[in-house]
Amino acid sequence: MAVPLSWYMLLSLAVFSIGVFGFLSRRNIIIMLMSIELMLNGVNINLIALSHYIQDLRGQILAFFVIAVAAAEAAIGLAIVIAMFRNRATAHVDEIKEMQG
Amino acid sequence: MANMELQWYHVLIPFLPLTGFIINILLGKEVTRYKAHWFAVSSVFGSWLCSLATLQDVLGGKIIDADLYTWILSGTFKVGVGFLIDPLTAVMLIVVTTCATLIHIYAIGYMHGDTGYYRFFSYLNLFTFCMLMLVMGNNFLQLYFGWEGVGLCSYFLIGYYFNKKSAADAGKKAFIVNRFGDFGFGIGVFMVFLTFGTLHYADVFANVSSIAGKTVNFLGLNVDLPTLIALLLFCGAVGKSAQIPLHVWLPDAMEGPTPVSALIHAATMVTAGVFLVARCNPIFNLSEIAMNTVAIIGALTMFFAATIAITQNDIKRIIAFSTCSHLGYMFLACGVGAYAAGIFHLYTHAFFKALLFLAAGSVIHAVHTNNIQFMGGLKKYMPITYAVFVIAGLSAGGFPGLSGFFSKDEIIWSAYASHSSVGKFVWILALAGAFFTPFYTFRLIFRTFFGEYRGGLEAEEAATHAHSSSHGSGHSSHGAGHDSHGSGHDPHGHDSSHGSGHDSHGGHGHGPHESPYIMTVPLMFLAVGAIAAGWVGIPPLLGGGNHFAHFLQPVVGHPEFHGTHAEEWGVMILSTTIALIGLGLAAFMYLRKTDLPERISKQFSLLYKILYNKYYVDEFYNLTIVQPTLKLANKVLVGFTDAKIIEGIVNGVPNLIGIFSQKLRRLQTGIAHHYAIFMAAGAVFIVALVILLS
Repeated sequence: MAVPLSWYMLLSLAVFSIGVFGFLSRRNIIIMLMSIELMLNGVNINLIALSHYIQDLRGQILAFFVIAVAAAEAAIGLAIVIAMFRNRATAHVDEIKEMQG
Repeated sequence: MANMELQWYHVLIPFLPLTGFIINILLGKEVTRYKAHWFAVSSVFGSWLCSLATLQDVLGGKIIDADLYTWILSGTFKVGVGFLIDPLTAVMLIVVTTCATLIHIYAIGYMHGDTGYYRFFSYLNLFTFCMLMLVMGNNFLQLYFGWEGVGLCSYFLIGYYFNKKSAADAGKKAFIVNRFGDFGFGIGVFMVFLTFGTLHYADVFANVSSIAGKTVNFLGLNVDLPTLIALLLFCGAVGKSAQIPLHVWLPDAMEGPTPVSALIHAATMVTAGVFLVARCNPIFNLSEIAMNTVAIIGALTMFFAATIAITQNDIKRIIAFSTCSHLGYMFLACGVGAYAAGIFHLYTHAFFKALLFLAAGSVIHAVHTNNIQFMGGLKKYMPITYAVFVIAGLSAGGFPGLSGFFSKDEIIWSAYASHSSVGKFVWILALAGAFFTPFYTFRLIFRTFFGEYRGGLEAEEAATHAHSSSHGSGHSSHGAGHDSHGSGHDPHGHDSSHGSGHDSHGGHGHGPHESPYIMTVPLMFLAVGAIAAGWVGIPPLLGGGNHFAHFLQPVVGHPEFHGTHAEEWGVMILSTTIALIGLGLAAFMYLRKTDLPERISKQFSLLYKILYNKYYVDEFYNLTIVQPTLKLANKVLVGFTDAKIIEGIVNGVPNLIGIFSQKLRRLQTGIAHHYAIFMAAGAVFIVALVILLS
């Protein structure tokens, strides 16, 4: 018995919402990066489930792209975090506001 | 007249000087430098050879009217770059290329060592190109192109010593004064197009009779169409040919180097106006008002310029006023319908006036001043210059047998014998002019070449210092005082930018010396022209055939004269006598009773001052046009339009943006969470929008 589509979509919604909540509520930059990963993966679940549902492989291909982009983003994001941490010994985003207008 | 295809040598006439210009302007600074004249002179000389071949064609009865290239094509409006080569063009070609070649050669010596040597020759080449396009064009637009081109080159060359303020100002003055004339000229060309639907000479002149007597609504007035077109075109001629009231630029144009004065402001460019009137003679012939205007403006300019010339002290300005005056003669001739006589005078005038200028340049080259107060006695130092100067003077003054005599006599006779309603009036002025020309020319010659050498530049500088230190002693004998108005005096720029050249052939300290052969040989050639060029137009009365007028007849027609042979003899003898009296009086006043001029100037000091200050025309224009324009510019344009409107917009837009960005930048807190909330809120907002609207 196959799992119905709505379950996948609810799972996806849950993962994405946890990501959004984490991103908005936490101040540690590492946690925020992880939250972004959660959001992206929530989207991926959605893409793959719908792709399977309508029998169209393009959704799964798109999911691979998202994974690749997420990997790159994580690499760059972590590199920035490391550079920043070396300079100011903190990973707390509220203390980093050089970009204030 | 047989038609003929365009030949390669016709095309080369204008384009050779263009090639010379391009080579020198691109390579002059680095490559050709002080060899710039190789290309310049050889290209103009090539044009001259091609012109001779062309003259041969035209003398063989051929007329060429062919387009080389379609320049503008828009609906029914079609303008080509094309050539019309007929007797009138052939005469102009010979005048332009002959003078240009000789003057280019002369300039090798005159401009020797000048830092802008290549620049000078490239402008001179460009000028020759434009002038040739002007005279060879077969439509009004090409005429206009050449017209503006020569004006531009005139501006370049008047302001050639651009680091001297008076020269730069004189260039601007020439250009701006010409704007007034060219504005009318431009409208005239538009009117021709509106009326005839074409700008091609042949088509316009073929249909010209259809506009006779028609009127047109111009600025709310019903005016006679031929009169309107003719007068508008004449506006351009008045500006370019320095006729009253736009004559003020020509004397100032003497700030340019002397070869420029000779080529542009004597022999060729300033005669373009006469060429225009002669070329458009079918239009002018339709309007008596326009013809009379041309005649009267010419006669008045001739008379007033001649009277000014007798009081001036600047050698080049005297000749400049003489040019004004002779151009007046040409217009006078055209105005009474004797176009051939006008063009004949143009042709002889080119030789003797170019010669006068170049000889004057030779004098300036030797004494380094333009002021004849400080010359004198140069006869023994500069025999060749002296000889050619006298020849040119005699020719200009109308001494029997020389070029100027035949052309001037033809004009005076035409004025007397024509049917023109103003003929007799302009005839009297023409006779008066016949007195003044030899008088001022020989005043110049006697002051320059006879008597004792009065020291040249050193004496002038000493006098200037004395004058300025003993300010108010008021002893300015015969106008020896400096010209006080702006553009005044002009020898120094020549010297300072030029000095190195002199040392190489003679050096200072031994008094003035004759110019090198590179300068005197062209003078001799021009002297031959000044003597003999007029022999092609000897009237039947003196046993000639008046070949010149017959040659031009297909283009300009031949006026009907009424007058007997006896009258013709009478007029000729009268004008010659008057000319000789003028010469004699000059000799008497400046050789025998040398204190007389000063006494006369004291006696009639008011008249003298008016003449010396050129009838205060410059001052009048300054007061009525220049100052109000400056005020308008300062108060309205600078004070309001520029400061309020333009600056307001230019500064207002960035100021507004600045204010808004001051507000907007507060959004950029730099805190990542604020951005995240905005993003989330934005996403929610968009999703909500999609759901609500679908």
